Amino acid sequence: MKILVCISNVPDTTSKINFAEGDTKFDTNGVQFVINPNDEFGLTRAMWFKEKQGAAVHVATVGGVQTEPTIRKALAIGADEAIRINAEPTDGFFVARQLAEVVKNGGYDLVIAGRESIDYNGGMVPGILATLLDMNFVNTCIGLEVDDNGATAMREIDGGKEKISTSLPLVIGGQKGLVEESDLRIPNMRGIMMARKKALNVVEPIDAPKLTNDQKFEKPAAKGPVKLVDAENVGELVNLLHNEAKVI
Amino acid sequence: MSVLVYTESDKGKFKKNALEVASYAHNVAQELGTNVTAVTINADDDASLGNYGVSKVLKVTNDQLDTFNAKAYANTIAQAVEAENAKVIIISSSADTKFLGPILTAKLNAGYVPNVVAAPDSTSPFVVKRTAFSNKGFAHTEISSETKIVGVSNNAYGVHENTVSASIESFDPVLGDSDFTTKSIEIDKVVGKATIADADVVVSGGRGLKGPENWGMIEELAEVLGAATACSKPVSDLGWRSHGEHVGQTGKPVASNLYIAIGISGAIQHLAGVSASKTKVVINNDPEAPFFKAADYGIVGDAFEVVPKLIEKLKEFKAQNA
Ligand SMILES: Cc1cc2nc3c(=O)[nH]c(=O)nc-3n(C[C@H](O)[C@H](O)[C@H](O)COP(=O)(O)OP(=O)(O)OC[C@H]3O[C@@H](n4cnc5c(N)ncnc54)[C@H](O)[C@@H]3O)c2cc1C
Ligand SMILES: Nc1ncnc2c1ncn2[C@@H]1O[C@H](COP(=O)(O)O)[C@@H](O)[C@H]1O
Repeated sequence: MKILVCISNVPDTTSKINFAEGDTKFDTNGVQFVINPNDEFGLTRAMWFKEKQGAAVHVATVGGVQTEPTIRKALAIGADEAIRINAEPTDGFFVARQLAEVVKNGGYDLVIAGRESIDYNGGMVPGILATLLDMNFVNTCIGLEVDDNGATAMREIDGGKEKISTSLPLVIGGQKGLVEESDLRIPNMRGIMMARKKALNVVEPIDAPKLTNDQKFEKPAAKGPVKLVDAENVGELVNLLHNEAKVI
Repeated sequence: MSVLVYTESDKGKFKKNALEVASYAHNVAQELGTNVTAVTINADDDASLGNYGVSKVLKVTNDQLDTFNAKAYANTIAQAVEAENAKVIIISSSADTKFLGPILTAKLNAGYVPNVVAAPDSTSPFVVKRTAFSNKGFAHTEISSETKIVGVSNNAYGVHENTVSASIESFDPVLGDSDFTTKSIEIDKVVGKATIADADVVVSGGRGLKGPENWGMIEELAEVLGAATACSKPVSDLGWRSHGEHVGQTGKPVASNLYIAIGISGAIQHLAGVSASKTKVVINNDPEAPFFKAADYGIVGDAFEVVPKLIEKLKEFKAQNA
């Protein structure tokens, strides 16, 4: 089995979000970038397939040279090879087109992407990719098994979960649940040394249109101070929720 | 050239978000000087959509679509789009719609913007406001393709009545085996309880509750309020509650009218996922807990004393207002 894990390079979850150039760009100043958490769960599941079922695991990212530390980290965690498509990932459709080329040329059976990137929250790339390539697709995937008969996936739904039977070639949009938090791996020294010797192939993007364009950003309005209610006077909270907030 | 809206239903009944996306579609159609056509799949009361500005319903009745299937549903909607020659498509942000949205996007070669929180800034160019950076920011995004898909955030635009009379036409999509290559084999879903996605009120517990044995009062509070229960990430990682209840940046998003956080510190990743809720209440014994800065109302106190009192007061309130 040949697996491609799609890695989105995103600001660390603790980052303060600011905008620059007249609020037209995300301000990367002082921001630390990491593997998108949803992709980290996917990569960890891919490692399981590598160790238990002998899968080959490649990782791909669409991004500039500044994304290389993130993709090196994926190699240090255990991916065999990396591909960087040298373009700014400004639109989900554009990114999916680039990844579709990689998947087609590489003959992958399973593509593990994330439910969404935590930066632009598009939640688009895996579904578009699957449709462009006519591969099966399971989103919000929280469990995946693959054997000779096909694939069984668990999907999170509103209010519960759903078990799905399907077959390869398959794309998933993964999230926490694919593996447990405690299964996540921090690269060790040996992994980091080995990653230096692994291939990181840079390919140029294909021509693809962008269908959406972020024109301007803004931050949420500052919040007023909290109204504190005395712990001895809980009834006052009920009163405020009913008469002031009008939510009960 | 109508605006097409996909109005979701569950066991025949429209979801609340269906009425919200219909209301949104009505707004866009007025702006564009056209009408709203809805596509419904195995829904019972199609005519009711007229109350929310839908003038035509393409009614799909098909046993094969009884269980949600993203590919088949996307293909159904795509065929309705073509039949209507619609250029603007409005969908919700439920787990199912976020599953079919990208498939539809690829089929129609349409630009898609999810998590939209307001009526379009303008329709020419077509620009919408959406959340980004896990609710730490907003983007004003232009959709430049000829066909456009807008995914409306839950509970962001609201349900608005606009009464028109809706004509109902049956619509038969052409579906084949290739639309059903993923098969649902088991659904494990809470019944008769509000879900985090749909609930007006969500009651959430954190590590401050000390252990799973203390969740009785959380469930009782939720029951009194008709609320869904949720939890912080460590609570699900520790196995105190199921993963499906984990809310936040890496869990489920919450956009309820009322969010009550009990024994939750208010870490940035937690707040990112729940800040779209309209009114936030915090109960925490540490006055320095960061959540107080993000909340509308707060009680500094021990959850084990405050929550039982709150339940009692709410019961009194309900008895008086029954
Ligand atoms: C990549 C990444 C992603 C993450 N994603 C998420 C996410 O999606 N969702 C999420 O929730 N977290 C997420 N986290 C974790 C987050 O950083 C916090 O660790 C977590 O939210 C803390 O949970 P908590 O508030 O329940 O626990 P704690 O931080 O331990 O807080 C417990 C609170 O309970 C209070 N308390 C204690 N006793 C009582 C009492 N008797 N009465 C009242 N209050 C009491 C304490 O004062 C404290 O404020 C993520 C972290 C990382 C690194
Ligand atoms: N620039 C990118 N390079 C590689 N994969 C990406 C990129 N952007 C998104 N993805 C993948 O698509 C998933 C969903 O991302 P998005 O559609 O951006 O929310 C991510 O979790 C990644 O797996």
